[in-house]
Amino acid sequence: MTETQYLAPHSLDEAVSALLAANGTGRILAGGTDLLVQMQAGIVKPGLIVNIKKIPEMTSIEETPDGGFRIGAAVAGAVVGEHERLGKAWPGVVEAINLIGSTQVQGRASAGGNLCNASPAADSVPALVAAGAVATIHGPNGRRTVPVEEVPAGPGRTNLAPGEILVSFTLPPRPPHSSDAYLRMIPRTEMDIAVVGCGVSLTLENGKCTAARVGLGAVAPTVLLVKDAADALIGSKLEDDALEAAAEACRAACRPIDDKRGTIAYRTKVAGVLLKRAAAIAADRAGRA
Amino acid sequence: MAKMHVSTTINGEPTEFLCDATDTLLDALRGPLGLTGSKEGCATGDCGACSVTVDGRLTCSCLMLAAEAEGREIGTIEGLSQGGKLHPLQQKFLEMAALQCGICTPGFLVASKALLDRNLEPTETEVRYWLAGNLCRCTGYDKIVHAVLETAAEMRGASR
Repeated sequence: MTETQYLAPHSLDEAVSALLAANGTGRILAGGTDLLVQMQAGIVKPGLIVNIKKIPEMTSIEETPDGGFRIGAAVAGAVVGEHERLGKAWPGVVEAINLIGSTQVQGRASAGGNLCNASPAADSVPALVAAGAVATIHGPNGRRTVPVEEVPAGPGRTNLAPGEILVSFTLPPRPPHSSDAYLRMIPRTEMDIAVVGCGVSLTLENGKCTAARVGLGAVAPTVLLVKDAADALIGSKLEDDALEAAAEACRAACRPIDDKRGTIAYRTKVAGVLLKRAAAIAADRAGRA
Repeated sequence: MAKMHVSTTINGEPTEFLCDATDTLLDALRGPLGLTGSKEGCATGDCGACSVTVDGRLTCSCLMLAAEAEGREIGTIEGLSQGGKLHPLQQKFLEMAALQCGICTPGFLVASKALLDRNLEPTETEVRYWLAGNLCRCTGYDKIVHAVLETAAEMRGASR
């Protein structure tokens, strides 16, 4: 194997060409908090490392003309956390991204990297799924957009084709009295991997839930969009019955594994608990939004 | 393969060095640059002993390629004392015995300075969460956290 090459192109087309030319040995470097650990462990030996942080579109946050947001896939978590208007509109998305790792990791790690690393327990993904975030992907054949939940293919695998790069996330405009929340269960207070993660986004009108989305993490090979849970919330005033029905839908959606972090039974039970708690936080925020 | 040439700024000084594509910033600091204050603990971003700032942002230098330092401003533990005078955090760590073996100390100091640069009135909870990415196996953290809080209080007093 030849030595590793390093490139820091200023355009997406250059980055895509370089990745294609590397013939499957290229790796994208955003925050590097997964890639460098994998290199250190000898799990990957890239022929080419493409640092995409010189591409302005990938490292900026913009408000879209319709009132939504576009978050560059390589924007560091700490930068996301400092964006006041984004934090007001999407507190759940921001708190989820800010749960990735320590202060030091937040200085580098990005939501795009979190999604493309394709861990079922990625913290930002359930919140982005609940938010209805759309991923923009740039590749050899131009651009395409897909819902975030369609990017992961399984643990450590994505549906990105060779040469494709995740560029940004687009969050839709927010109707009045809308908000979101993300909660994860970990046995410690900090620095751990989710046993279960749950994101809820909802809209209230006179106390009645008129729109909702639910994302569940760490309970299946990929993060799940739980439509049945959202349907149980929509039309209700988030009464106990509706919350229990949504929690049951979450439990029914779980296809978790048993591992050192949690058993199948535990993860399934906690999924329902987190749904209720996250919905309550999102509703409280929506009432004030 | 030929080495890569990197131009950067370290602790305010324009600096150039050569590195391989896979060298981390920590490798470059401790190797060609001879700045051995930043320590390698885990080399996987868990322990914080290699903490530096990049354009003012706290980072693990083990999780960043040396080549990425091109055009950036790097701050290391060597930049904390000014003109032979210890930074108030360094002084307080000594006074309050907030270290034992000392391996984690540069990382704690760089991380704590990054906190106080942003927030001179942190609560104990804020200090503990901010420093959650710095591991110490000697002191048990209490002395470190109290030293940071004491330093903040003193610096607030001095700036009044």
